[in-house]
Amino acid sequence: MSTTQSGAQSYAADSGAGGSADPRERAPGESPVAPLDFTPAPGAAPFTARVLAQTGAEVRAILRNGEQLLITLIIPVLLLVGFSTAPLVDVGGGSRVDFLTPGVLALAVMSTAFTGQAIATGFERRYGVLKRLGATPLTRAGLMSAKTLAVIAVEVLQVLVVCGVALALGWRPSGSPFAAALLLVLGTAAFSGLGLLMAGTLRAEATLAGANLVYLVMLGCGGVVFPLSRFPDGVEAVLSALPISALSEGLRQVLSGGGLSLAAVGVLAAWAVVSLGLAARTFRWE
Amino acid sequence: MNSPAVEVVDLIKRYGRTTAVDGLTLSAGLGAITAILGPNGAGKTSTVEICEGFRKADGGVVRVLGLEPGHRDLPARVGIMLQSGGVPPAARVGEWLRTTARFYARPLDPGTLLERLGLTAHARTPYRRLSGGQQQRLSLAGAVVGRPELVFLDEPTAGLDPQARHACWEVVEELRSCGASVVLTTHHMDEAERLADHVVIIDRGRVVAEGSPCALTGAERQLRFRARPGLDLDELLAALPVGSTAKESPSGHYIIEGHVGPELLATVTAWCAAEGVTADDLSVERRTLEDVFLELTGRELR
Repeated sequence: MSTTQSGAQSYAADSGAGGSADPRERAPGESPVAPLDFTPAPGAAPFTARVLAQTGAEVRAILRNGEQLLITLIIPVLLLVGFSTAPLVDVGGGSRVDFLTPGVLALAVMSTAFTGQAIATGFERRYGVLKRLGATPLTRAGLMSAKTLAVIAVEVLQVLVVCGVALALGWRPSGSPFAAALLLVLGTAAFSGLGLLMAGTLRAEATLAGANLVYLVMLGCGGVVFPLSRFPDGVEAVLSALPISALSEGLRQVLSGGGLSLAAVGVLAAWAVVSLGLAARTFRWE
Repeated sequence: MNSPAVEVVDLIKRYGRTTAVDGLTLSAGLGAITAILGPNGAGKTSTVEICEGFRKADGGVVRVLGLEPGHRDLPARVGIMLQSGGVPPAARVGEWLRTTARFYARPLDPGTLLERLGLTAHARTPYRRLSGGQQQRLSLAGAVVGRPELVFLDEPTAGLDPQARHACWEVVEELRSCGASVVLTTHHMDEAERLADHVVIIDRGRVVAEGSPCALTGAERQLRFRARPGLDLDELLAALPVGSTAKESPSGHYIIEGHVGPELLATVTAWCAAEGVTADDLSVERRTLEDVFLELTGRELR
């Protein structure tokens, strides 16, 4: 009833205005599809703006990907909670959560910088995404910067979640947070190098399988939840040279107040230099 | 005098022992639509991808907006639509276009562009859930959102339905009327005929013909009519200018080729009148680009 009335009123008003307010007439610029001005006006946005735009896209992609969330957040948190509360592994003396938290932090870094990045980048290469982005003003350097920033942003989130859960479980860290941060940064560089080395040379499916396999092997043998000292001496020496072992053992020493292990820094730095160097030389963009 | 938008001289590209591009020379005018036409495997994509900086030439000279492909200034000035892919499958339509727009200093409004290409309803849809035609339109949007001077479109309408093809053509024509240069590859004759100012037909890595669609098709025209079968064409030919041909194919359908102008038309109708023959469906037709294309590139399947 009221609709009819208002309709009639508006019709009357229109006629009264001499038809100039015909609802079908639109003011310029109000056509159903707004006009687009294709006149060339080329130009790149500032480097930081381009990189931040792409970083946002990369972070959204990581956080929306279910499989990736499983390995970056869910598995690390489940391992931390499970192995801290149940006496499944003999961690030597000390509290279980104090032993496990550094290992789980190392696992979290590996899952994002290596596993997640390798798989995502491998498929981006396959789908021509890297090729296309490299030909926009973002440039290849900008794309790599954005990927690095996105990995760091996700790692910050992981560290907050893992440390929060660990503190709730009774974790009492000591030692220098800066020394811990240095190890995390070096670990990120080493794992990113390895991830990009795989993604830039192997087929996407091979990268998917390989990155998951490496994740499992490093989880089992890298001092994450099982102490390296449980392996025979010869094996332990080899395993200590893995980046995951250097990161988990290095963090364990720092966060228990034992100071920064130069051996761990050396191992991680060496992996970073070699893997990033090889990745830079061998990476294929399509 | 402005230099052309794209200039390619004696371009060579080999893959192993196969020579994909074999001494190709072409030039795409500034502010014009240039169509590179050719059968599959003719070297279209190789040529365009060398211009885009994705592949290295094995010989010859290429200049894009006066610069060498791969020059650091080009990404901001050149829009690229790949033949397929280029968008992460999980990326949402609206977010992807907004991200792309943020790489540029003065981009088009992504929302308006989506609306223009009929993708507004899919703004939150992941790329992989779009139909093939919708994916192509999003790629086109990504190629033009930065307001480029020059746009490369590699088979932009492959797999599009008629509505989407026309929407794409309108965008391409609007780019030209706004002063941008467009280079597109296609194997649709009607697309080249409708859009292009300049058509370059390539085959086996070489240019076999080039010119405006009119110049390529218009030089030779045909006069067609229907009449009773079995007319004596020799008598007609004697009345026609030298160089004309006449044939009956199929029975009762006559085709006269040669310099088809008013005089020839008058001669034919006068001859018909003298013979007491009524010519039905008399028409003057231009050869289509497809006729030219098939003549130049052969009919065998590859």
